[in-house]
Amino acid sequence: MENTLLEIKNLTTRFYTEDGVVRAVNGVSYSMQQGDILGVVGESGCGKSVHALSLMRLIPYPPGKIEAGEVWFNGRDLLKVNASEIRNIRGGSIAMVFQDPMTSLNPVHTVGFQINEAIIQHLGMDKKQATERTIELLTLVGIPDARSRINDYPHQFSGGMRQRAMIAMGLSCEPQLLIADEPTTALDVTIQAQIVDLVRRLQEELGMAVMWITHDLGVVAELAHKINVMYAGYIVERGDVLDIYKQPRHPYTIGLLGSLPRLDEAPGTRLVSIPGLPPDQTRLPLGCSFAPRCNYVNEQCLQELPELEATEKGNHMVACWRWEYVAGIQSL
Amino acid sequence: MTKNHKKLVEIQQLKKYFPIHRGSLVSRLEGNIKAVDDVSFDIYEGETLGLVGETGSGKTTVGRTILRLYEPTEGQIFFDGVNLTKLNNREMRQIRRRMQMIFQDPYASLNPRITIGSIIATPLEVHQIARGKEKKERVQQLLEMVGLNPEFVNRYPHEFSGGQRQRISIARALALNPDLVICDEPISSLDVSIQAQVVNLLEDLQQRLGLTYLFIAHDLSMVRHISDRMAVMYLGKIMELADRDEIYLNPLHPYTQALMSAVPLPDPEAAKMRSRVILDGDIPSPSKPPIGCNFSTRCPLAPMAKELCYNEEPEFREIKSDHWVACHLVDLRPIN
Repeated sequence: MENTLLEIKNLTTRFYTEDGVVRAVNGVSYSMQQGDILGVVGESGCGKSVHALSLMRLIPYPPGKIEAGEVWFNGRDLLKVNASEIRNIRGGSIAMVFQDPMTSLNPVHTVGFQINEAIIQHLGMDKKQATERTIELLTLVGIPDARSRINDYPHQFSGGMRQRAMIAMGLSCEPQLLIADEPTTALDVTIQAQIVDLVRRLQEELGMAVMWITHDLGVVAELAHKINVMYAGYIVERGDVLDIYKQPRHPYTIGLLGSLPRLDEAPGTRLVSIPGLPPDQTRLPLGCSFAPRCNYVNEQCLQELPELEATEKGNHMVACWRWEYVAGIQSL
Repeated sequence: MTKNHKKLVEIQQLKKYFPIHRGSLVSRLEGNIKAVDDVSFDIYEGETLGLVGETGSGKTTVGRTILRLYEPTEGQIFFDGVNLTKLNNREMRQIRRRMQMIFQDPYASLNPRITIGSIIATPLEVHQIARGKEKKERVQQLLEMVGLNPEFVNRYPHEFSGGQRQRISIARALALNPDLVICDEPISSLDVSIQAQVVNLLEDLQQRLGLTYLFIAHDLSMVRHISDRMAVMYLGKIMELADRDEIYLNPLHPYTQALMSAVPLPDPEAAKMRSRVILDGDIPSPSKPPIGCNFSTRCPLAPMAKELCYNEEPEFREIKSDHWVACHLVDLRPIN
């Protein structure tokens, strides 16, 4: 495929805990093109963050371990490169923005110092050049009066400004891929709208690829080109954003969309809830991991694990034995 | 909900200020955090009033002050005709039986050291409503009502998931057959698929038991889903209050309009079609609210009005039947 930026094959991560082996990521495979915005959607514990940390090799060992897989990025397998190479890639060509901007910024250093540090480390600039670059970046992400704000400490910034500063830090080395892990979950909606708008604008200007990890199906609907839906460590559905929202094929995706209230809904609408709870990932069921909560379950679902297969649209993939039957019911 | 219904709660000019003290040896008053600043509204019997706002808007403080978990600084709270601000502690405790609260964090609001059976039975014991076999039966009945297996009475909170714990909180709140339940962000810590379960449960229980809800949340779509009427708060004040459909179809306050347009839509086509208002800046500190209209520092319309919005506080008034708004510029715009 042309312009493939990232290709993940069979990524598998487990955590060896006292309560047993947590199967956090179970053979995830997909690829991202240059300039793509990919939304990775799922509920807590579905492995969406762990899979992103795994591809940057940021899984703490012990208890975590990347058991298998390949992560091809710029012709190299990130799981095989040596420690100094991966350090150059982290924060260099792959940058990451985390959920909680208060805990991911160091409270005892100024914001300017922390962004400078990344620039000096990765781009080899001297301090003066780095400071100019930092001011430029903070202005780019919309922090007013950046020249004086670089001497502020994180606690002097509001939540939205901290997240902007984190994005500035992520952008400092012109990454090819920005991984944003729930970057707006801790923010209010009006501030979230500012950040989403900022990332969309920066993506267009700089042409980088963005992986946006979230539990909020609303945010990625506006932003992403493609969606991966994850459940219990598996990708259960994957496709273009319109296909996922207009013609979801996996019963989990269908349930998730039905359980969201819509601002423009008609009065008296009742939410469709998914019964039960996500499975305990130390004891995943033998067959499909969604089977215990699924309305369409049959004997095969309980016995055999479904793999991603193409639906009627080639790039829309679903891991469900009964997707054709479910699609038939949905179209009624 | 119309004015023909009985008012269960009437809030008049409610204020709650938290003093800021400075100095360790000699403490002096530096100012006040105006968490709730002159708020008036009614809750009708059997309705759900949604209270929506961002962090620091004072929505939780309103809820807590109604129960007098915080003492109001000024203003009156009437519950079923009784002025709560005039009651002493003993009288207050008696009437609190009829109003209960469900809290946001189901991990922090249940005592980890006692069984869920005892948690649910505590209100019954405190108010000496039931004992012995009767108490046991009531607890089992409550568990069943919220969709939990009555055999779980002897389990501890850590054995339950977030959604199940919130069901336990609901059972505890319903133990005394309250009239009013204040739900303070009851679903924001839960996963999406579990949120729908809890919201459906709250809706079913309201129908079955004729409950009145004050539903406090920051998620505008969810508040619109569950509410009959909605109030939008910003920096300690109510900006707009109207019927759920009226406020969605005809939002009059520029803050409500911006808030609506910022809510993510789980629909890529609709999301692309709509016009967006992206507000600049952050919510100001409630210890130093702006002079004039509270929203004037971020309002896209205020610069047009020049002096008025920056100098004079807008009155919260009924612009048309059952639609209240606090904005100077509302007359300048067409009202459907």
